[in-house]
Amino acid sequence: MKRTVFLIAASLLLLSLAVFTCFAGTNEVIKIGVFEPMTGANAGGGQLEVDGIILANKLYPTVLGKKVELVIADNKSDKVEAATAAARLVEKDKVTAIIGSWGSSLSMAAGDIVKKGKVPTVGASCTNPLVTQGNEFYFRVCFIDPFQGTVMANYAFSKLKAKKAAIIQEVSNDYAVGLAKFFGDSFKKLTKNPKSIVAISNYNTGDQDFSAQLTNVMSKNPDVIFAPGNFTESALVISQARKLGIKCPIIGGDTWETQHFLDIGKSDVEGAVFSTFFATEKPITKESQKFLTAYREANKGNDPAAVTALGYDAYILILDAIKRAGSTDRVKIREQLAKTKDFPGAAGFITLDENRNAVKNAVIKQVKNGKFVYLDTIQPK
Amino acid sequence: MTLNLFLQHLSNGISLGSLYALIAIGYTMVYGILRLINFAHGDIFMMATYFAFFGVIIFAIPWYISFPLVLILTALLGILVEASAYRPLRDAPKISILISAIGVSFLLENLATVLFGGVPKPFPTPEIFTSMVKIGTVSIQKLTFYIPVITIVFLFSLFYLIYRTKTGMAMRAVSRDHETAKVMGINVNLIISLTFGIGSALAAVGGLMWGMKFPQIAPLMGIIPGLKCFIAAVIGGIGNIYGAVIGGFILGIGEIMIVAFLPDLTGYRDAFAFILLIVILLYKPTGIMGEKIAEKV
Repeated sequence: MKRTVFLIAASLLLLSLAVFTCFAGTNEVIKIGVFEPMTGANAGGGQLEVDGIILANKLYPTVLGKKVELVIADNKSDKVEAATAAARLVEKDKVTAIIGSWGSSLSMAAGDIVKKGKVPTVGASCTNPLVTQGNEFYFRVCFIDPFQGTVMANYAFSKLKAKKAAIIQEVSNDYAVGLAKFFGDSFKKLTKNPKSIVAISNYNTGDQDFSAQLTNVMSKNPDVIFAPGNFTESALVISQARKLGIKCPIIGGDTWETQHFLDIGKSDVEGAVFSTFFATEKPITKESQKFLTAYREANKGNDPAAVTALGYDAYILILDAIKRAGSTDRVKIREQLAKTKDFPGAAGFITLDENRNAVKNAVIKQVKNGKFVYLDTIQPK
Repeated sequence: MTLNLFLQHLSNGISLGSLYALIAIGYTMVYGILRLINFAHGDIFMMATYFAFFGVIIFAIPWYISFPLVLILTALLGILVEASAYRPLRDAPKISILISAIGVSFLLENLATVLFGGVPKPFPTPEIFTSMVKIGTVSIQKLTFYIPVITIVFLFSLFYLIYRTKTGMAMRAVSRDHETAKVMGINVNLIISLTFGIGSALAAVGGLMWGMKFPQIAPLMGIIPGLKCFIAAVIGGIGNIYGAVIGGFILGIGEIMIVAFLPDLTGYRDAFAFILLIVILLYKPTGIMGEKIAEKV
């Protein structure tokens, strides 16, 4: 008898909970999912984007008269966990839209889930072309790797006068492999020498010892090393390369722009050059100014990273699409997102092409005296 | 492959191998005395690196004071883990303690994530350890010389402790039979605590060296070194301290040489360690130095 009473009480409790959460879900808030790595190897990058998203949420807390609530889901820098986190946002939290993720592999892991759940998703800094390819619900506010790879190949060829390049890539990371391929292809085209990539060496995410790969690369005597990958591994690669006595310039991609890259690499990463999205020295729009002022106010005058600006942009772009759609209907929001043209974001004007990618300038930065310094801006063709 | 290139690879391999050896000793020692594979060893190793991070970077204590402090703190952590997670299970079947060890491992990983954050942190690298020496065209980090020396110093101190002191005799007695040792007036709990303390301090030494060689630390950093050093201990014959050192070197040099001679297989470097484990378990389960001991209990 006691048992049945208990069971009834328990089920009633559960039921009321379910009903309550249902109502809470449909009431006056609009939920936006934040799908980012908050722990694990990519956490440093994820945190930077989340900073931008939270700042944007503070400046623009409402849309259509409703409060916007951020639901942060940690994808733990892991492809399997990423799929689970995305499914949670789509099925359990029933968010209106999703922002994320830092890391193209993690974004791709969510691709099918947001497509099936028909949730418009805006990536901030995931640059691999496959993220949005064939996925009508995935957008991004950054350029893609074919462009970024060309920019760095051009830099190596014309600025560094390199004739031979070596590639060290994080082989388990779609971003790094993609970017390395685009770099290699366009470097070969520029040098008109199919053998100008003298070595391609691989490592796995989470590796800490690169001495063997670097020794192999060193024996080929390249003029430049292109080493796209996660910032922690990349900092260790550069640091170990310098300790082995490799003196040639080492260049990479947008993932390097984190404080952790500098902290871990210390003096060894001095002179490292990479491409990224935005430089605080060159604010582009009115929104850039607003973003910079607010960020500096909140962070003791420190300057934001490029991906922080992109996280911010992803949020305000979604809000704008909701406003234009005039409703929280996900499909309508998606349609409005696809029509984005010359939208003034913090990191420049956003125009989405037919593959839902932003067409934007790239910025080249270098590490000087323990800081990221602006070098150059490259226009897309 | 030129001779110089080979020597550079070899020095890389020895450097990595002696690190593995150092950590494997701690593994094998606990197993030798308790017949327990302490799966939390890798996580105790991780905690040690965080202690050093807090000591040197946050509280700005010079490394020559904080590093010994790290050893003491980590030894205390090991003793605490033993007293809370293993001692209550002393009379339970071995498998329960093993599961408890896995539990401790998860606990420490998640505790570290909550306390220190999931973002990797830089590790302090005192100049005297990390500067480079050039011999011919081979450049070697000073640490590469220190690690084998430190490994050997600890190896011999351990031998002295185990075979030349009363405490060591008690440890050996406990490893044979808890009950009889107790009857003979040995304080079994004290001896086991001591074993854990020493094993954890060895993990801390390994952690400090590892951190200086690969200067970034994260809550999950202990998993792979923990597994690799477990493999090293098994290759050498688990429970045998010499074996752990040999196993460590085989694994370290093997991993580097795979990349050196077969660059296309670089991505399979970790797989190499596990394949080696499978082969050893199939053909020589007692490991290279392991004697056949009839399993008690």
